[in-house]
Amino acid sequence: MSVLLRVHDLAVAYGHIEAVKGLDFHLNEGEITALVGANGAGKSTTLLALSGLIKASRGKIEFQGEDITRLPAHQIVEQGLVQVAEGRAILTTLTVEENLLLGAYTRQDKEGIPASMEEVYQLFPRLKERSQQFAGNLSGGEQQMLAIGRALMAKPKLLLLDEPSMGLAPIVVQEIFRILVEINRRGLTILLVEQNVRQALKIARHGYVIETGKIVLADSGANLLANPKVEEAYLGG
Amino acid sequence: MLEQQLLNALTLGSVYALFALGFTLVFGVLAVINLSHGAVFMVGSYAALAMVSHLNAPLWVAMIGAMVVSGTIGLLVDVLVLKPLRARNAPHLIPMIATIGVGIMLTSAAQGIFGAEVLRFPEEIMPMGDFMVGEVHVRALEIAIVAIAFVLMAVLFTLLKRTQLGRALRAIAESPKAAYLLGINVEGLFHITSFAAAALGGIAGVLIGLNFNAITPFMGQPMLHKGIAVIILGGMGDIRGALIGGLFLGFAEVISKAYLSSQMGDAVAFGLLFLILLVRPSGLFGRKLERKA
Repeated sequence: MSVLLRVHDLAVAYGHIEAVKGLDFHLNEGEITALVGANGAGKSTTLLALSGLIKASRGKIEFQGEDITRLPAHQIVEQGLVQVAEGRAILTTLTVEENLLLGAYTRQDKEGIPASMEEVYQLFPRLKERSQQFAGNLSGGEQQMLAIGRALMAKPKLLLLDEPSMGLAPIVVQEIFRILVEINRRGLTILLVEQNVRQALKIARHGYVIETGKIVLADSGANLLANPKVEEAYLGG
Repeated sequence: MLEQQLLNALTLGSVYALFALGFTLVFGVLAVINLSHGAVFMVGSYAALAMVSHLNAPLWVAMIGAMVVSGTIGLLVDVLVLKPLRARNAPHLIPMIATIGVGIMLTSAAQGIFGAEVLRFPEEIMPMGDFMVGEVHVRALEIAIVAIAFVLMAVLFTLLKRTQLGRALRAIAESPKAAYLLGINVEGLFHITSFAAAALGGIAGVLIGLNFNAITPFMGQPMLHKGIAVIILGGMGDIRGALIGGLFLGFAEVISKAYLSSQMGDAVAFGLLFLILLVRPSGLFGRKLERKA
C-alpha cells in the first residue's frame, strides 16, 4: 500500500495562536481516512493548510512524494489534491453546469470533460435535472452533491472533504456517505474531516482523532469506533 | 429637437457605460474601488492623441495603442500598489485611498508632460461621412463611438458569460476562497482584470476626447464621479447594471441639459440618481449578496 500524502510536524498559526500544533499523519492510496474531532480542534485549519490556503508555520506536506508545502493553492489543485470546502462551498450565482465546468478548470484534457460531466450526472441524477438552474436555488443536500461532483470534475487523485454532513438531514447524510464509498471504490483516495464521528469512522479504513491541534489517537476506523475513549468523548457514551 | 438629443444621449451614455464597466469589473473581482480609473481614462485620451499627432498613427491604431497604454497602467497599479496591500490584508479603505494617490500622480504627470491647456485631435483624422436621417444630423464619429462601445461591451459580456475565464472571474467575484480551491490562479486573474478594466477606461477616454474634441489633464475627475454614480445606480459589481446605468446617466444628462437647464444638467441627472437610490438602495441590479471569505 503506497502512501499518497504524508504530513510531518504540520503546524499552523493565526497570529500568535497556534491552531494546529505539529500533526503527523499519512494517507494510503485508495483508502478513506477520517480525521475526526470536536469543533475547534483544528480540522478545517489542517485541510486549508493542505490546500495551500493558509501557509504552514512549520512542518512538511508531501503529496505523491513531492513537497507541496510552499506551493500556491492553484498549483496544489493542478497536482490533483482537491478540496470540498466546509458548508456551502458552491458558487450560488452560477448555474449547476457552470459550477461543474469550473471544477475542470485545471484539466489539461479538455476533450475528456464531457465524459466526466456525464459521470457526475450519473452519480447525482438530480444535478442533471437542474443543470441550468442557479446553484443557489438547490437544496442543502443538492448543493453538497454539486460540491462533490464539481471536485470530481478536476479528476483528483486525492479528495479532501470538510464536514460534508454539516447541516444536512440524516437521510441525506446517508446518501452522501454512500456516494463517497462508491467513488472510493472506483479508486479515489479520500480524506474525510467530520464532527459526525460515527458516520465517518464507519466508512473509513483509518482514522485520526484530533484534539486542540494535536492528534491524540490513530487506529483503524473499526478499532476507533470500538475504542471506549472515542465512545465516551464523541459518540455520546 | 428630440431625435438629435437622443442620438447625443446614446453616444454619451454608451461611453459612460464602457467606462463604468471597467470600474465595476474591478470592484466585482478585486473588491476594490479603484479611484484611479478616471485618471486612466484621461491617460487613454492623451496616449491616442500622442500617437496620432507625434507618430502619425491612424486613429484605429491609436485606439488600440491607447488601450495597451492604459491597460498597462492598470496592470502596474495592481502589481505595484494593490498586490502589496492584499498581501498585508489591508482594510478596504486603504487600497481605495492608495488609488486616489495614483490618480493624482497620473494627473500631475499628464500636466507636466502635455501642459494644462486643452488639446485637440487634428481635424483630418476624424471619421468622415456625416449624413442626415430626416432632420437629424448624424456624425460618422458618433456612429463609430456607439459601435465601438457596444462591440467592446458585447465582447466583455460574451467572455464573462460563455468562457471558462469568465466563469472563473465570476467565481472570484462570489468567493475568492472557492476560486482558490478550484485551482484558479486568483492573483493572475486579478492582473488580467486590472489590465482589461483599465483598457476599457482608456478607450472610453479616447472616445470622449474625440466626441468633444477636448483633452485636458483634469477630464478624468468628472468622469470618475459619473462612473461611481453609474455603478452605484446599476448595483456595485454588476456588469448589466453598469450598462443600463451608463445609458441612463447619458440620457438623463443630455435630456435635462436640452430641456430643463443647460447649466444644471448634471445636477438634474445626479438628483434623479439620488431619487432612484432612495427607492432601491442596492441599485437596479444589486443583490444583497454578502461576499464570502
